[in-house]
Amino acid sequence: MRLTDQEKAMLDGAEGPARQKAMDLLVRYGEALGAERFVDVSNIAGVPGSSTLFLQDYYKEHGGGSFEDVFSRFDLDSDETVPFPKVGGNCCHLQGGMDPELWVEQGMSPDAFAHQQQDEAELARHGIQVLKTCTPYLAGNMPAYGEHCAWMESSAVVFCNSVVGARTNTEGRESTSAAMLTGKIPDWGFHLDEHRHGTHLIQVDVPVESVMDWGMLGYFIGDVMQENIPVVAGKLGQPDLIRHKHFGAAAASSGGVEMYHVVGVTPEAPSLETAFGSKKPVATIHYGPTERRRVYESLNSNGRDLDVDYVMLGCPHASIEQIGEAARLLAGKKIKDGRSLWMFTSRAVKSVADLHGYTKTIRDAGGLVMTDTCSAIGRTLPEGTKVVALDSAKQVHYLPAIMGIQAWFGSTEDCIQAALTGRWSGELR
Amino acid sequence: MSPIAPAKIILRGRKVVGGCAEGEALVTRDTISGWGGIDPMTGTVIETHHELRGVCFKDKVLVFPGAKGSSGWSAAFHLARIAGFAPKAMIFKVMTTKIALGAVVMRAPSVTDLDQDPLTAIETGDWVKVDGDRGIVEITKKA
Repeated sequence: MRLTDQEKAMLDGAEGPARQKAMDLLVRYGEALGAERFVDVSNIAGVPGSSTLFLQDYYKEHGGGSFEDVFSRFDLDSDETVPFPKVGGNCCHLQGGMDPELWVEQGMSPDAFAHQQQDEAELARHGIQVLKTCTPYLAGNMPAYGEHCAWMESSAVVFCNSVVGARTNTEGRESTSAAMLTGKIPDWGFHLDEHRHGTHLIQVDVPVESVMDWGMLGYFIGDVMQENIPVVAGKLGQPDLIRHKHFGAAAASSGGVEMYHVVGVTPEAPSLETAFGSKKPVATIHYGPTERRRVYESLNSNGRDLDVDYVMLGCPHASIEQIGEAARLLAGKKIKDGRSLWMFTSRAVKSVADLHGYTKTIRDAGGLVMTDTCSAIGRTLPEGTKVVALDSAKQVHYLPAIMGIQAWFGSTEDCIQAALTGRWSGELR
Repeated sequence: MSPIAPAKIILRGRKVVGGCAEGEALVTRDTISGWGGIDPMTGTVIETHHELRGVCFKDKVLVFPGAKGSSGWSAAFHLARIAGFAPKAMIFKVMTTKIALGAVVMRAPSVTDLDQDPLTAIETGDWVKVDGDRGIVEITKKA
């Protein structure tokens, strides 16, 4: 890699040992990628310094388990602990491991909660904004068009590139932590104009309107695209933020889609020609009724028992409109005995939900609005859960595999109906 | 060549992470998810529809198309390294930020851009030597 004088100085330790370690990691990473240089980034979203009890214990046995130890040894991949200075730029922490108020309901131990509180204080002290969400763009960090970012969280990355037109690769924990200290990330992939054009045309031949349909289309596209860049055209309604959120999250789960274009909708696709740049589509792939049915069946292949114990909403973290919708569907009703409904969002959005009475309406019906985490990230389920109902293709992709439970996929209404009756009755309409 | 010496196949590519390691190959045609796709504490693939579901990659030379899924890829494989369940080396086809960072923090000798398709040249059970610095893969076919 070709380094600027400032980058060389950082690598030589002129800005302290933490920035030296961070730069060393970023150079190794850039060389692995085959990048030629760095790009300056000031908007960084990651999960710095957080540790599970396993990691903490491991590092305790190997030199120390403090926040600084974990940050140095895990985040910066350093063999020694270095003092952790305040970060520069607009840095935020993405989703965390537990709700700061409902952690007991989530089955977390007082030790784990105390540890989480300590980590959070360290983040704040180091200048990292505690947004604690997979949707930073709904909670106070919305990048600008063309802004170079270093973001983790595949659903946020695909949103950042596709919907906003800002530029980020799918970064990892170690690269975002290093970028928080250095303001640098390899100038590779989605930072470069020529890598942002579409590769394949997805021709949608069946109407795609609902949030559920956008999620299914995303799941189909991720599976057929893997890491390619789809250009989506055809029978599409105008997607709002929620539809983009579910579509992108699904495409980034079944495959590795980090950017998509919707012709006439997303900022870098005013026309089909612009979306593809100077290139021709590698292939055209059709999405029709057969494909739609197949995706629906695949997303429901983990479900066998129609008795549903648990309904999880809010993957990616719910927007205020989604919480309002859940409150409307639950108002004046009661969730069936022995069943649970948890809806996940960010603290910022929950404060608005509290203000509007949505949180209370959901609680009065027997559900809980939780923040910071989700069942997959926090590995937390209501006790005894065997069968879950989900309205997120992304969550269906992960939760049954991680927690060894059955899952049904459907619309938000299907899921809320399952919470009220205790039975799954969703179908493809 | 001596008639009893096993045939060796050499593939040439480019360094991702330096160092040398050898071991038994574990080959898959499916891309691999890190976070949510593997259990780092047992070194096992857990993804529902994956052809390696339930298979352990500890100490193997992992041969696969590349990474997909969550941005927790590097952290999941980093954790597998710390827990003692990481693969010894990696050979893959498609470069992504997930796999580049994952290979770096796993500190596993890794190569890509090979002159033959590693998914055809290498089969599970072959003995594979990866020279990361020189970008060379030496395959001894299983008996």
